[in-house]
Amino acid sequence: MKILVPLKRVADPDNANKVKIPATGATVDTTGLEWKPNPFDEYALEAALRLTENGATPKTRAGEVVVVTFGPKETEATLRQALATGADRAIRVDAKDDELDGSIVARSLKALVEKEKPDVVLMGKQAVDGDSNQVGQMLAQLLGWPQATFAATILEEDGALLVGREVDGGVLTLRVKLPAVVTVDLRIVAPTSVYSKATKRDFKYNDGVRFAALPAIMQAKKKPLAEHKLAELVSDAGLKVHYAKFEAPPSRKAGIKVKDVGELVNKLKTEAKVLLPLSKENDHG
Amino acid sequence: MADTLVVAELLEGKIKKTTHSAITFAKAVGQPFSILVIGAGAKAAAAELSGFGAKSLLVADDASLASYVAERFAPTVIEVAKSGGFGIVVATASSYGKDLLPRIAAALDAGYANDISGVSLDGGKVVYKRPMFAGNAYGYCTVSTAVQVVSVRQSEFTAAEPSGGASPASDVAVAPAGPGADRVEFVSFDQVKSARPALGEAKTIVAGGRALKERFNEVLEPLADVLGAGVGASRAACDAGYAPSDYQVGQTGKIVAPQLYVAVGISGAIQHLAGMKGSKVIVAINKDGDAPIFQVADYGLVADLFGAVPELTKAIAAAKGLALLP
Repeated sequence: MKILVPLKRVADPDNANKVKIPATGATVDTTGLEWKPNPFDEYALEAALRLTENGATPKTRAGEVVVVTFGPKETEATLRQALATGADRAIRVDAKDDELDGSIVARSLKALVEKEKPDVVLMGKQAVDGDSNQVGQMLAQLLGWPQATFAATILEEDGALLVGREVDGGVLTLRVKLPAVVTVDLRIVAPTSVYSKATKRDFKYNDGVRFAALPAIMQAKKKPLAEHKLAELVSDAGLKVHYAKFEAPPSRKAGIKVKDVGELVNKLKTEAKVLLPLSKENDHG
Repeated sequence: MADTLVVAELLEGKIKKTTHSAITFAKAVGQPFSILVIGAGAKAAAAELSGFGAKSLLVADDASLASYVAERFAPTVIEVAKSGGFGIVVATASSYGKDLLPRIAAALDAGYANDISGVSLDGGKVVYKRPMFAGNAYGYCTVSTAVQVVSVRQSEFTAAEPSGGASPASDVAVAPAGPGADRVEFVSFDQVKSARPALGEAKTIVAGGRALKERFNEVLEPLADVLGAGVGASRAACDAGYAPSDYQVGQTGKIVAPQLYVAVGISGAIQHLAGMKGSKVIVAINKDGDAPIFQVADYGLVADLFGAVPELTKAIAAAKGLALLP
């Protein structure tokens, strides 16, 4: 099986390092934040590796995993990291970050898919910077391929994937015949989430994504990395979504610490006034 | 400006309440709007939406639309959007809306604003407010294509109430299934059955973290019972298997904004805060007094949760005059 995995690098905020919005609101300042591969894309890469191996002998790849990213030269670091983790080959589409929106990326990926002819495009359900959750579905529509979004489990069958999707209210299972687009959710990297046909069903992976060993990091430098220009892939590169302004969310000020349960209940009752008779609370339609 | 098309969401032949948030959006934009009710049983269900002020109810009812599959639903939505000359196509950013709408946007070569938390008008332009970076920034964007596709965050668009009147309903043709539809098969939907309110609609939510371990239900259920609350969880608790994944509150789980959110043993990673900091009143119970959750909590209690939660359950029951089962 040949799998194409689009990767995006993101400036990932955490509790210690947050994005800053300058007073002009013209941009989101990510200075001081580390560039990381979008976590969902890392999960997609892990799922792609699991689908192209026998879990018991993960050094031998059955098929090919190609990673692709959009961005300036320095995004090649993200690709090299993916190659060190086990991807076979990488593609960088040269572009500035602010030249891209979901539509442009989806249309460019369509052109790449037509060149590369993968069996599956496997990608994160969303990037954690823009939180847009769109490219996989757009790509599937443009290609006329079936999609299985928010995948928590993938089981390889003959010419198809059985995908358990995390949706509101439960798990919806779809069978998609290849070629198809699959976008992954968090739990795709759990120990028993993904099985290729070669991997025995009682095999358990380590939880999470695999890490590159030092020799693999050295070897990754020799793996092929091709470059495309954005204009080679899309003729209309006009943005459809335009951001005029950004602002920081209103900060929620910390309240008080109560000394015990009694004080807490008292506050909820008399100050916050959120303890209502049960009959009213159940009136949620 | 052209009319707005609201895409309703059906589950087992009933209108899902998510639909009402998309109607609220359409009313805020202020243009006349129609509602597309699509799915098997849509004809019977559409009557529920008759009194919300829509110009028309467009009904696509067909046995081939029994289970939601994007490849079968999208062609009809695309066709209706095109033939009706709609300016905005909107649904709520539930897993249904998020799965379906980008396909519509791609087919119409339209820009897509996902999971917006607000909308305003600036001259003739519709400006969308979007939470980004796990809720640490809001971006204000416009969409420059003839058709704009939008999904709205349920917790930020209060469900519309019926406003009277009766919208005329008419059938629309179900478009032939799109390419790809013959290569996807609906296998099953394993629904988490719960008597509790859905997280998106609950007025009170009790949520637990990994610290609860295997006692997640044993500790939280009685508290949720006395509060009439929905139950949520942190990602860590879901990943560890203490709570079903459907419980997850956060950037990539459910985004909620209840009247009262009780966080039990949740440290408060920004991804979790992104999903709940719009709550009106936040209570945090954690034995680590430095946990980030206390920075957003109105009332913090530093205590061992295994002692504090049962005590709180009893005290709330007493405050409400409820008799607790032993």
